Amino acid sequence: MYDQKKMDELKKERVRWEQTTLPNWTKQCSERKREFRNTSNMPIKRLYTPEDVEEIDYVRDLGFPGEYPFLRGVHATMYRGRFWTMRQFSGFGTAEQTNKRFKYLLKEGETGLSIAFDYPTIMGYDSDHPMGKGEVGICGVAISSLKDMQALLDGIPLDKVTTSMTINGPAAMLLAMYVAVGDKQGVSREKLGGTTQNDNLKEYFAQKLCIYPPKSSVKLTTDIIEYCSRHLPKWNPISISGYHIREAGANALQELAFTIYDGISYVESTLQRGLRVDDFAHRLSFFFASHNDFFEEIAKFRAARRLWAKLMKERFHAKNPRSMWMRMHVQTSGCTLTAQQPLNNITRTTIQALAAVLGGTQSLHTNSFDEALALPSEEAVRVALRTQQIIAHESGATNTIDPVAGSYYIEALTNEMEQKAMEYIQRIDDLGGAIAAIEKGFFQKEIVDSSYKYQKEIDEKKRTIVGVNDYQIQKEKYPIKLLRVDPNVEKEQVASLQKLRKTRDNRKAEETLGKLQHSAEKDENLMPAIIEAIKAYATLGEICYVLRKVYGEYKELIII
Amino acid sequence: MQDARKIRVLIAKPGLDSHDRGAKVVARALRDAGMEVIYTGLRQTPEQIAETALQEDVDVIGLSILSGAHKTIFPRIMELLKKQGLTDVMVFAGGIIPEEDVSEMKKLGIKEIFGPGTTTEEIIQYVMHNLPKRD
Repeated sequence: MYDQKKMDELKKERVRWEQTTLPNWTKQCSERKREFRNTSNMPIKRLYTPEDVEEIDYVRDLGFPGEYPFLRGVHATMYRGRFWTMRQFSGFGTAEQTNKRFKYLLKEGETGLSIAFDYPTIMGYDSDHPMGKGEVGICGVAISSLKDMQALLDGIPLDKVTTSMTINGPAAMLLAMYVAVGDKQGVSREKLGGTTQNDNLKEYFAQKLCIYPPKSSVKLTTDIIEYCSRHLPKWNPISISGYHIREAGANALQELAFTIYDGISYVESTLQRGLRVDDFAHRLSFFFASHNDFFEEIAKFRAARRLWAKLMKERFHAKNPRSMWMRMHVQTSGCTLTAQQPLNNITRTTIQALAAVLGGTQSLHTNSFDEALALPSEEAVRVALRTQQIIAHESGATNTIDPVAGSYYIEALTNEMEQKAMEYIQRIDDLGGAIAAIEKGFFQKEIVDSSYKYQKEIDEKKRTIVGVNDYQIQKEKYPIKLLRVDPNVEKEQVASLQKLRKTRDNRKAEETLGKLQHSAEKDENLMPAIIEAIKAYATLGEICYVLRKVYGEYKELIII
Repeated sequence: MQDARKIRVLIAKPGLDSHDRGAKVVARALRDAGMEVIYTGLRQTPEQIAETALQEDVDVIGLSILSGAHKTIFPRIMELLKKQGLTDVMVFAGGIIPEEDVSEMKKLGIKEIFGPGTTTEEIIQYVMHNLPKRD
């Protein structure tokens, strides 16, 4: 990017500075630490100069927004055209209660829905299953059947609002419910827009809400990708998720590399169905965390976009530029929130959200300041949403595209992130791919080691967390009002479910479950049979039980 | 005299939630502090926890839960431990347990609740100093 003569001059000047000006300062005041590193354990230099980006060829490596390699953004106008989607993950109690929260958020300016399901739903159990005792409606909304889904989406026009569903093992069932509600509203399937998380690989080493063994889960994931490519053209069948990898303890680099590797695996599993890469790759979407190290996060998002574009072009020979787009959702990092002095979390979230915006995200969730203590209160979730609105409208960060590009530090870090992620990808290829790496405990070990190291740094005060290991307040009082889920939710939900089982056409429900089992045994794409069962009001637990019988249940590989 | 055997700790993760980051960090820290740690993985039922505690002859149980189901699950665990005659086992807990629930949990016989921000060293020290006496 620079001519040789100028570079030689710069090098000479840098050496001169290091030998003359710098020692005068370090003599008086030595640096705070002997070495500075980011969470990915990359050493951070004192100063970045054009020397660090000497190799960059602007047109080849950065290019223009909306064009390969998409480093500067997937859209040519980015936030000058349209802001990211402001999408707050929410759900608690009964479907009716969450429906109210959804309407509140839409009224306050939210532009997309995001459903949080409770643990029994996520694990494929009905609300009256003994494993779910005490958990119904607590960490999300309880959805056991189409009847609940109808109540959840009541009065919400599915042709106007897009909906993201954080659901993996039972993703096919919840998507089937969404399709069925759309049918009832008279919205054609071509118009249904939204996302199912449906990333089952990361479950085995990050989110760990697994139902079936890995191969069967990947089969279900691929069924949805295949089905959507044929019938739901506006649906993102998968959100390939680094967020949970990060929250489980991985560092930024591991999050980047493992997520991209999962993406590679889903492309491969879908190609094996006989689809061409350009038939489906444009609908694959991604989901990352935004943690505290501002520049490391920005570099991670940018590197992710360029690396994915290169892989799609070079490894999978995609022709359609849209297949090379990495569209991403970002959530600020839950594990950085502190229970101590919770209002400080607003500041943390703001920094993280700004990193996501400077990183070029398409969609964003900002955490609420009270989330280290409980599910967010209405006030806390409003402040979180307002944080996004302030960044969008007041900060000026959205007035030009990719404003941090060309920073010596950012570009050097972006390059390093990408190179190191490629090294991980090579290692996982050598292990035999994602499932083999899971079975060998590779990801699990990498993540527990990073998480232990991070905690040790906090415990030993090598890493300062404001309000936790420094700047504490003794005998802190919590003036904030926390959300408590109504303890009667479980009783109401169980009663409603039992009523459904009495009033539906049981013969029809059983017939569709029998068909589903047959379809699973024949290894067909299960989406049509699941939609049929859902429409007959077979419950989530009943459908998942059929598949538990066919596929078996996953047994955790424990690594500490 | 405290016998020469290592302190035996069961780290157990009841509830459906899968947030095992904290449980694993605590398990590893106690192990590095010289204790014998048994970690049985996610989604352990109260019955499984009581059974493991008995079979493994543990001195201490650390429960970790972040799903909000502690008010349903902890009483059941404590009841089963009592039934198994494991009243001398010291039980502590961690995770997301709201301040206002702490005294109720302690009344069940849970000795201490460690919230977010606790250091591993605090837990190690607590276990060492509050260890039940063995015959």
